[in-house]
Amino acid sequence: MAEIELRGIEKRYGEVPVLKGVSLKIQDGEFLTLVGPSGCGKSTLLRIIAGLEDQDAGEVSVGGRTVDGARPKDRDVAMVFQSYALYPHLTVFDNIALPLRTRRLSFAQRLPLIGGLLPGRTGIEKTIRVEVEQAAAMLDVAHLLHRKPGQLSGGQRQRVALGRAMVRHPTVFLMDEPLSNLDAKLRVQMRAEITALHRRLGVTFVYVTHDQSEAMTMADRVAVVIGGELLQVGPPDELYRDPRDLKVAEMIGSPKINVVARGHWADDRPILSAALAPQTKHLAFRPEAAVLTTPTAGLPGGTVTDLENLGSDIFVHVALRDGSETVVIRTAPDEPRLSLGRAVGLKVDAARLLQFDEAGRRCGDIEQVAA
Amino acid sequence: MSAHRPRRRLAGRIARHVLLVASAAFALLPFVWMVSLSLKPPDEIFQPDFHLWPQSFHGVENYRVALTAAPMLRFLLNGAFVCAVIFALQLVICVPCAYALAKLRFRGRDTLFSAVLVGLLVPPQALAIPHFVLLYVFGLLDTYAALILPWIISAFGIFLLRQFFRSIPDEIIHAARLDGLGEFEIIWRIMMPMSAPALAAFGIFSVVAHWNDLFWPLIAVRSEEISTPALGILLFRDDEAGQFLGALMAGATIIVAPLLLAFLFAQRRFIDGLATTAMK
Repeated sequence: MAEIELRGIEKRYGEVPVLKGVSLKIQDGEFLTLVGPSGCGKSTLLRIIAGLEDQDAGEVSVGGRTVDGARPKDRDVAMVFQSYALYPHLTVFDNIALPLRTRRLSFAQRLPLIGGLLPGRTGIEKTIRVEVEQAAAMLDVAHLLHRKPGQLSGGQRQRVALGRAMVRHPTVFLMDEPLSNLDAKLRVQMRAEITALHRRLGVTFVYVTHDQSEAMTMADRVAVVIGGELLQVGPPDELYRDPRDLKVAEMIGSPKINVVARGHWADDRPILSAALAPQTKHLAFRPEAAVLTTPTAGLPGGTVTDLENLGSDIFVHVALRDGSETVVIRTAPDEPRLSLGRAVGLKVDAARLLQFDEAGRRCGDIEQVAA
Repeated sequence: MSAHRPRRRLAGRIARHVLLVASAAFALLPFVWMVSLSLKPPDEIFQPDFHLWPQSFHGVENYRVALTAAPMLRFLLNGAFVCAVIFALQLVICVPCAYALAKLRFRGRDTLFSAVLVGLLVPPQALAIPHFVLLYVFGLLDTYAALILPWIISAFGIFLLRQFFRSIPDEIIHAARLDGLGEFEIIWRIMMPMSAPALAAFGIFSVVAHWNDLFWPLIAVRSEEISTPALGILLFRDDEAGQFLGALMAGATIIVAPLLLAFLFAQRRFIDGLATTAMK
């Protein structure tokens, strides 16, 4: 079984701390996504789990066994890289077969020329061939086995990289932004294929991405890493509804959550004052947590500066009265059309208004959001 | 205006080609002359009027003398053996060094690499005396080892391969480690095949340098049996040079020919190698 446990992982490059004490427990068979902006340390964390880099402090255990100091190949993990990292001089077949050959053939059997003459090699090669072909068929690359990676499209290389990772049946799959080199349409398709692969294999997946929509759509749980710290771990909808930190709230969700400094609402006390905690500095709400009204005295409001029509929704950009901040409100397409420059009022659902203190921590909830 | 343009372009093109042909001729002239002399009888060589093609063809005799007066075949085999062993040992040493300097993280790596750069600056002639003394102490003078050992560590090779290895993405090496390859297997199975163009370039430099080297064999070796081609050709000069100039040139032609053929062959592979190296 392969649950992964990280305890107080720290890593620094020279003087620069990259990971500041990350602790995380990943369940066996779980699909966990590490999400964060580039340079937040999420890829470093993945490489530490793989054993490609050593942590400066903390412990990693895989399947209940502490693996610190163990070599990557002894950790029973497989990894898929952003650039796919296929061996350009080997055919697709040899690329996928390599991890099996290094594990099953002895050193002498792997030698060029002589290796082929040694007893036992033919039989092992035969089983390897069967397994490589199975993996290739599962990923729909069976017809490409004789080609070199240079002759494949991005999506095909991606599948071959997946094949090379899964052919030896690891208990943990690590993926480092595997879809970021694909075009948008293929990316959505590969997302579905990777989640399907996860269901089929039933092993632990740890998936690194900077794309919050990948994190939200694919994962059982999402871990948000920002600035080398693990800010929050939870199912996607929990992170969306109930972020514990302003950075998490801003990371998750598209369009981004609306954040307004408390000062803006000072003159609009009537609807909000009662519930705001004294330490609250920032107010945040999702685009769907507010509705537009006619301008009303006592309600926050502003002017329409932009309209994004997505067909299913229209996102209305509203510049708040003093013009320094803009919020985005989701409206249904069948609502009366707005025009640019029009003055509107804004009614925020108080139950879905999130409050954050000066450091960005969640505070003074009006009420806990219903599950 | 429009009529002028093509003519101007044509003129430019002709000028470019004249320049290129002139510089190529300048570089090739000594070789042409060498081949021409190798076909002439002795008396014609010193005639004041010059003919590219000999008036009386003496090529067969010159080449016969070149091949029989000295054990030319032996020299060629010596040359091939020495160059091959030097290059093989250079690879054995340079490739792991270059890999470590390019891809492994360890204390003092940058200092070591600076040392390699300094090594590039030292002319090999400056080391001739220390090498000679060392070989004398170990009793290896006038052996194949004397021709080979001083050259097996090539700072240039380490530098060239290190630069090339750095262009190979780390992710490939990470993938190889996860696939269970050890560091030496990574070098042998991943880095070397991916660096074929750089290895070929280094091979050309190395083989040409040691095939043509006269300076070091002259110091290290006396026996005819282990002479390299460049050294062997001096045997012709040692006799009466005038008499044998035609044969000397024939010998020189024979020595240059294998390199030319090898280069023409390698050039093709070279370009093929460059074209098919795709990283992803």
